[in-house]
Amino acid sequence: MGRTSVIQESVLSKYQENQKAGRYEPHVSKWDEKVEPGTLSLWKGHDYKDHHWAMAIDLNSCTGCGACVVACNVENNVALVGKDEVIRRREMHWLRIDRYYSSDASVDDLVGLETASENPEVVFQPMLCQHCNNAPCETVCPVAATTHSSEGLNQMTYNRCIGTRYCANNCPYKVRRFNWFKYHDNQKFYEVNPAMNTDLGRMVLNPDVTVRSRGVMEKCSFCVQRIQSAKLTAKKEKRTMQDGDVITACQASCTTGAITFGDLNDPQSKLTRLLQAEPNPDRPYGIDKKIGNPRAYTVLEEIGVKPNIFYLTKIRNKAEAKA
Amino acid sequence: MQVTSSLRETLVTGGKTVADVSNDISRQVEAKPTKLWWGAFGVSLALLTYGAYCCWMLVWNGIGVWGLNKTVGWAWDITNFVWWVGIGHAGTLISAILLLFRQRWRMSINRAAEAMTIFAVICAASFPAFHMGRLWLGFYWALPLPNAFGSLWVNFNSPLLWDVFAISTYFSVSLVFWYLGLIPDFAVIRDRAVKTGHMTRAKIYNALSFGCDGAAKTWMRYESVALILAGLSTPLVLSVHTIVSFDFATSVIPGWHTTIFPPYFVAGAIFSGFAMVLTLLLVTRKVFKLEDYITIYHVELMNIIIIITGSIVGVAYITEFFIAWYGQVDAEYYAFYNRATGPYWWAYWSMMTCNVISPQLFWFRKIRTNLMATFILAAIVNIGMWFERFVIIVTSIHRDYLPSSWTMFHPTMYDIGQYIFTFGIFFTAFFLFAKFFPVINMAEVKSIIKSTSEKKK
Repeated sequence: MGRTSVIQESVLSKYQENQKAGRYEPHVSKWDEKVEPGTLSLWKGHDYKDHHWAMAIDLNSCTGCGACVVACNVENNVALVGKDEVIRRREMHWLRIDRYYSSDASVDDLVGLETASENPEVVFQPMLCQHCNNAPCETVCPVAATTHSSEGLNQMTYNRCIGTRYCANNCPYKVRRFNWFKYHDNQKFYEVNPAMNTDLGRMVLNPDVTVRSRGVMEKCSFCVQRIQSAKLTAKKEKRTMQDGDVITACQASCTTGAITFGDLNDPQSKLTRLLQAEPNPDRPYGIDKKIGNPRAYTVLEEIGVKPNIFYLTKIRNKAEAKA
Repeated sequence: MQVTSSLRETLVTGGKTVADVSNDISRQVEAKPTKLWWGAFGVSLALLTYGAYCCWMLVWNGIGVWGLNKTVGWAWDITNFVWWVGIGHAGTLISAILLLFRQRWRMSINRAAEAMTIFAVICAASFPAFHMGRLWLGFYWALPLPNAFGSLWVNFNSPLLWDVFAISTYFSVSLVFWYLGLIPDFAVIRDRAVKTGHMTRAKIYNALSFGCDGAAKTWMRYESVALILAGLSTPLVLSVHTIVSFDFATSVIPGWHTTIFPPYFVAGAIFSGFAMVLTLLLVTRKVFKLEDYITIYHVELMNIIIIITGSIVGVAYITEFFIAWYGQVDAEYYAFYNRATGPYWWAYWSMMTCNVISPQLFWFRKIRTNLMATFILAAIVNIGMWFERFVIIVTSIHRDYLPSSWTMFHPTMYDIGQYIFTFGIFFTAFFLFAKFFPVINMAEVKSIIKSTSEKKK
């Protein structure tokens, strides 16, 4: 089993020959032909008449420093849960840096691949809610607590959530985080999470973002509070929104500029130009924009969830690829 | 003069008369509870109390008292849910489908099997309730009730919502069906109480029997309602576990997203349900001395159903593996490779041994007519079916698409406590049933006494 549907990378020499080097383009079989996974769908899709928020993350620029993780935590009042809970794999990070090591084992040796090389090549992949256009989490929630916005966001309604965790199980990217305990106003988390448990600490909380209660699910919101505030500012100034009005916390903190957030409906936005995105002439506001950048891919393209986050292939500056 | 047929197996042995049936079955309802009953009931209550404490801790502190984590969002909770629902399938199969197919051997076992169904469904339903992060809201938000929240409504796309409908329908129909069957038997107990002068008991059982008068018209209505309910329950036997399987089959997770789940789950449900019926009935017949009603022939027939359904389940396991290899989809292939050889290999191989290999022993007549062997194998089948659900749920999600999120699941005492809680509910309810309700359907058994029992004088 390869990891090509998750991490796509190549080396400079091959990239110079073909800009699609390292790209994995899965196809699914129909009875008569093979087609791209995105072309087959049971769903009608969405039309985003105003904005189509999306993001591009350049794996080539990402150094894995983790500044985006910290920025996200601070911006979105993400609870700190302490060492014990992290050991139990219950960290609440909305954005994480996935780190993969190369292995000396052959790609068919599924157990051998679990062991990294002595001196591995490393790749970092910031992983956050992919804001899928065909979101598997949205269909399974019995109470419609997670829904799709008219601008492409996959949004969580904390007040409505009853905590079945079905959405998290059905998330292929495992980016949903559950409030296992009450992390605020709880003596048990006084030491590790002062920001939600002391009067002084609470002053660091972002007043624009709800502190989530016990028993609800949460995840990356694409900094919806920033989007909302930018919209209101534009409205007050009696103008349309400009590219750059919304900068997500992770994007703002990224030292190498690996993260680009923007509106795919705006042909002039930095994101549209980076991805060389063009609207589908048959359905200009639809979800299926043509992405021209040869390096752009979506993670797990073959399962057809159609993420709004695009990754750009990692191109290593060397002649030969390691295993 | 009683007729015995050389063609048909004897269903009731020991030369029982109609009067014997009333005496044998009503006896333990009328007698004082035995020490053995008090002991067993006490143990069940203790389990229930301890389980209730674990429930309280869960609701008070949060789902975090369980061993779940960011990757494994369901483990013992939904495993136990599916396990109990599966067990709850035998009762309705016996009473509805076997009624429609005129299998008269079901008459001695349907009452206890239906009771088991109802208690098992209650146990099952407790898990979707307690597994919710906000139980106090979820239990009514998950129902399509008119509300003052504006346009808020349930999500009809969600298989969990389908579960709510499937389980509640199944529970209601099973309960009504079971209770309907009890009415003439309650009337018998009432009449006997009137004769012996136990007026309090007579009043209680009269109320329970809705004042059943035994008139021909009453019997006619009783028979038609029973038939209508059998017709209504028959599709439910197939639909309930089909819908439970949709929780997994409609997802995108490799190992869950499997189109053979509906028939595979239904077969597994009947498989585990019959195993549980056997476990309970083998004990009941011994304790209440009902060997003449629940005979080796009954045990043998149920064991044959276990072979059939166990083999269907075995074929399903092999089919899954074949398709995982034949399909050559990386994630799917890995999910099954990981099941058999990954860190949860022991769960997978426990499932294979208990569910596929051990029931095949019932091909030997000596084993399937041996009570001890049946009892042990039935217990093994139930263990295997628990592992099946654990394997499907936990080993599929603990290592899904992104290796960065791979984890293990470690149960805590509260995971175990929640399971104990349902055993407490189940056995407390079952012992109360066994003491205060007739455990065999007297009215139905009497109808076959003349045609299928051993020669009487």
